[in-house]
Amino acid sequence: MNKFFPAKVFDRLQGLLVPVLLLALWQYLSSQAIINPQILPAPTAVIAKWWEYLLPTEAFDPAKSGYLAWFFSGEMIRDAYASLYRVAVGFFIGGILALPLGLMMGANDRIYKLFNPLIQVLRPIPPIAFIPLSILWFGLGNPPAIFLIVLGAFFPILMNTIAGVRHVDGIYIRAARSLGASQTTMFLRVMLPAATPYILTGARIGVGTAFIVVIVAEMIAVNNGLGYRILEAREFFWSDKIIAGMFTIGLLGLAIDTGMNRLNNYLLKWHRGIENK
Amino acid sequence: MTGRPHIQISKVSKIFSTGGREVIALEDINLDVQPGEFICLLGPSGCGKSTLLNAVAGFSSPTSGTITVSGQSVREPGPDRGMVFQEYALFPWMTVEKNIAFGLEIKKLPGTKIREKVGALLDMLNLQDFRDRYPKDLSGGMRQRVAIARVLALDSPIMLMDEPFGALDSLTRRNLQDELLRIWMEFRKTIIFVTHSIEESIYLADRIVVMTYRPGKIKKVVSVTMARPRDPSSVEFNDLKKELSLLVMEEQSRHNQEQTRLPTAE
Ligand SMILES: Nc1ncnc2c1ncn2[C@@H]1O[C@H](COP(=O)(O)OP(=O)(O)OP(=O)(O)O)[C@@H](O)[C@H]1O
Ligand SMILES: [Mg+2]
Repeated sequence: MNKFFPAKVFDRLQGLLVPVLLLALWQYLSSQAIINPQILPAPTAVIAKWWEYLLPTEAFDPAKSGYLAWFFSGEMIRDAYASLYRVAVGFFIGGILALPLGLMMGANDRIYKLFNPLIQVLRPIPPIAFIPLSILWFGLGNPPAIFLIVLGAFFPILMNTIAGVRHVDGIYIRAARSLGASQTTMFLRVMLPAATPYILTGARIGVGTAFIVVIVAEMIAVNNGLGYRILEAREFFWSDKIIAGMFTIGLLGLAIDTGMNRLNNYLLKWHRGIENK
Repeated sequence: MTGRPHIQISKVSKIFSTGGREVIALEDINLDVQPGEFICLLGPSGCGKSTLLNAVAGFSSPTSGTITVSGQSVREPGPDRGMVFQEYALFPWMTVEKNIAFGLEIKKLPGTKIREKVGALLDMLNLQDFRDRYPKDLSGGMRQRVAIARVLALDSPIMLMDEPFGALDSLTRRNLQDELLRIWMEFRKTIIFVTHSIEESIYLADRIVVMTYRPGKIKKVVSVTMARPRDPSSVEFNDLKKELSLLVMEEQSRHNQEQTRLPTAE
């Protein structure tokens, strides 16, 4: 490698090779009408649609709203916001319920035996199977969707918290006891931090599940959000919009995962094996 | 040094029963430890040194017999008996500073007082440069310094140490031994120090308690009267080393025989 073409740049270009080839093939197939564009629109059409979906629908009118509000008034932004809002609320409620229960179940055998059978029965039911019941209970709109997301986030966080507390190395507990730690101190300053690697793994799985559930829930119980939008597009045979929507869902998923990863690295900077880059 | 013993171990036995088999880990242990005394428990692996130390620490209670500390019977672990573990047992999610401060925060000392005390300990143990580091970034020797500082912070009159330097290289080990002796002399702590290194026990102890293997009994208590700092190359040191080697070797060979007689698969 010479200095005008360093290895790093080469690596990047290499990584782009397959996607670019695939895109070119796709573009060729659709533009030559080898594939019906209604089935598979050209990449350029998808990008155009995505851009349109992103931009505000109306022209800027200072009398009606501020510039920022206008800027974010595009359909995609509103959909993404609606989906993200459901994930956030559902994940938060699920976590708030799962964390204390998991800590208690992990630390106390009696509580564990009390709740474990019920959890073992409910856990294997995919949250999506709760859709009919949630609509029956909560009607349509945000409540059933959030209920499903709560379920999706709850179990991974719960199971991992229990495992985390159970795996706390006994030596930390002994050290803390000999330093005079009370029950509360032991719980908050020893068990909880010692269990964080597990808890964060649970949170990460929980967010992932919540994100799957929100898309499905929106397809069935709500009439906005990214999941709803791509299903709606199908009814009009707008395949370009479906793919544009999927692309947005993917980007959002990536953003959430990156965010969780950052949080993970920050909270676990003390942990062996994780280096701060 | 006569007067009320600081730690009184009388007729202590400990039997573990696992899988239908009983292991007599300790049998009829009697030992009085005077205030400010440095005791080493010496013996081959599995002879019950940790079991005895844990009983004094209050982590497990003896099957029979009593242990009293300053006249009070031991029921649970407490900050009057600071414990230093072989595995360091530092809290990995706390910085060095936080680890040392933890016991003081439990005691609810005011913040300025804690900072002052922690600062002094960091100075004393040469840890100033590491105050904001996490344990994972420290070497074994550094970690054990932090563990010692954490116990010193509590001003516990007693330090219980279970092979604290067992995992360290010999140079670091000698360094920490010297440091421990310095601390012990400065603060006049009562120390029970578990080791299976004969040389270490001679270098450190006022009295060496040699234990037997299964049942764990006290085979002999050897007083070391040499002035400190002790010279491991001196004749006196080496005579004592020979004497102790013989005692320990007997137990070691019983240990080895036992190991070969034990059924391997259970
Ligand atoms: N929790 C336990 N359950 C059953 N047996 C045990 C338990 N703890 C210790 N023992 C047994 O008691 C005996 C004494 O163990 P102990 O750990 O006190 O030995 P030790 O002298 O500290 O050895 P080492 O030098 O290897 O640390 C051993 O034979 C061990 O197998
Ligand atoms: Mg031991």
